[in-house]
Amino acid sequence: MADFEPRIVAFLCHWCTYTGADLAGTTRQQYPPNIRVIHLMCSGAVDSIYVLKALIDGADGVLLGGCHPGDCHYQTGNYKARRRVAILKGILNQMGFTEDRIWLKWISASEGKLFADTVTKMTNDLKKMGPNPMKQLWNA
Amino acid sequence: MAKQTVLKVSEGRTEETIKGFLKSLLEKGVVEAILIPKRLPSGDGFAQTLIHDPEKMDGACALSLTMPVQSAKVASHLSIKNLNKKVAAVLKACEIRAIVELAKFLQVKLDNLFLIGVDCPGTFEVSDYSKMIQEGREGEKLTGEILKGMERGEAVPPQGYVFRPACEMCEYPVPKADIHIKLFGYKTDEEVGLEIGEKLEKELEEKGILSFSGNEPSSRKEIVDRVVAERAKKRDAAFQEFSGGVKDLQSFLDRFSTCIRCHNCMVACPICYCKECVFRTAIFEHEGDQFLRWADRKGGIRMPTDTLIFHLIRMSHMVTSCIGCGLCDSACPSRLPVATLFRSVGDKIQKMFKYVPGRDVNEVPPVATFKEDELKIESGAL
Repeated sequence: MADFEPRIVAFLCHWCTYTGADLAGTTRQQYPPNIRVIHLMCSGAVDSIYVLKALIDGADGVLLGGCHPGDCHYQTGNYKARRRVAILKGILNQMGFTEDRIWLKWISASEGKLFADTVTKMTNDLKKMGPNPMKQLWNA
Repeated sequence: MAKQTVLKVSEGRTEETIKGFLKSLLEKGVVEAILIPKRLPSGDGFAQTLIHDPEKMDGACALSLTMPVQSAKVASHLSIKNLNKKVAAVLKACEIRAIVELAKFLQVKLDNLFLIGVDCPGTFEVSDYSKMIQEGREGEKLTGEILKGMERGEAVPPQGYVFRPACEMCEYPVPKADIHIKLFGYKTDEEVGLEIGEKLEKELEEKGILSFSGNEPSSRKEIVDRVVAERAKKRDAAFQEFSGGVKDLQSFLDRFSTCIRCHNCMVACPICYCKECVFRTAIFEHEGDQFLRWADRKGGIRMPTDTLIFHLIRMSHMVTSCIGCGLCDSACPSRLPVATLFRSVGDKIQKMFKYVPGRDVNEVPPVATFKEDELKIESGAL
């Protein structure tokens, strides 16, 4: 499994995590290129269907990045995202699918280093886990 | 505070007595119409009927033994656009709980709707009930036997038949309603219990339909508790059997491999109320090339596609509000245990938010609210 490169689909909110990712770039933080970023206005705009579609269609992990609790630009979007992710993880858990492939992370616009470190850690963790079994299931 | 009374049953004709009481609601103008299950002319089933003329109450059955549709959906259609006159609806406990959930999502308006709930012994599959009648059993007699059983809390189906699995493990046989017709623990050939909520108690007394007196039999509470405990036991066993059979995603898919993605479970579900369902939009109309790419990557794919995502997404949408009526089970042409799936997953998720769907119309559904300090699920401690 040494040459396995996980693919991570990241849904990042415009006001915090996406800007944090931008900061990681402008401050020349190094992180693995395994992440594909999808830019959304708010973590609260992420429907469970986006996450599942990514996982079923071949992503090894999904990262949801939003503002820290209390910092949401739209007041409460990240709290709602948190409940949605909790529900989705609860469902997947009981379907025998490891919920560790879905990450929820609060990263602010000033936390470029945290963004780079998060992507690094997630990539390493997914490498240990191996490929997502869902993408090979013929009947999924 | 709700008020108690009893309906005296004349000549052991329980159904007639209940019908007479409901008829008086129409005659005295308490309501403009009553939604109530009516025996089909063929006798081998029931259909929800909106009755306006009191003389057309013949064949109406407060205690129908099948549930061909979830009346919460009917109540939604009935009340959502300009229902300006009072209507009463005779419902099963799970239908009332679904109505409570739909009211929270603004899909039912309760302003002009009175809910009449009947203690529920359980229901039969429509096809089973029809078979019972065709085998020569008499509908009224069947109901009579079930009623007799309810007195002791032991409603027994005829030999060779069972109640719907969802009913067998339903721990909410007793509804909360504006008018509650109580059967458990009553000698139903002599009397049935009535509990009238605040909305109606004054009017019913003033119009001379009822006077309030008497308490429920002392044994009722113990009998209801026993029924609930027995069903909870069956529920836990069903959950355990189900989770034992799902060890990983592959075993789940194997179990659901006969799903034909007909969307019947979604159509039957009272909680699935979206006017435009995502599964019926262009998002799931894939291009031919897309199918080929999937087939290329996996070597081959099962058609129709998107069965797994359908169940998972449907679950993530409705599972916090699943009231366990089991109509998804009854609607499934592949006889998949969808109700057990939704209920067992729902149970865990509802507990996570300490939420009981259908309990109280003033509660906010978990997906519509949050607490600032909860769910420590942030990943990847660095």
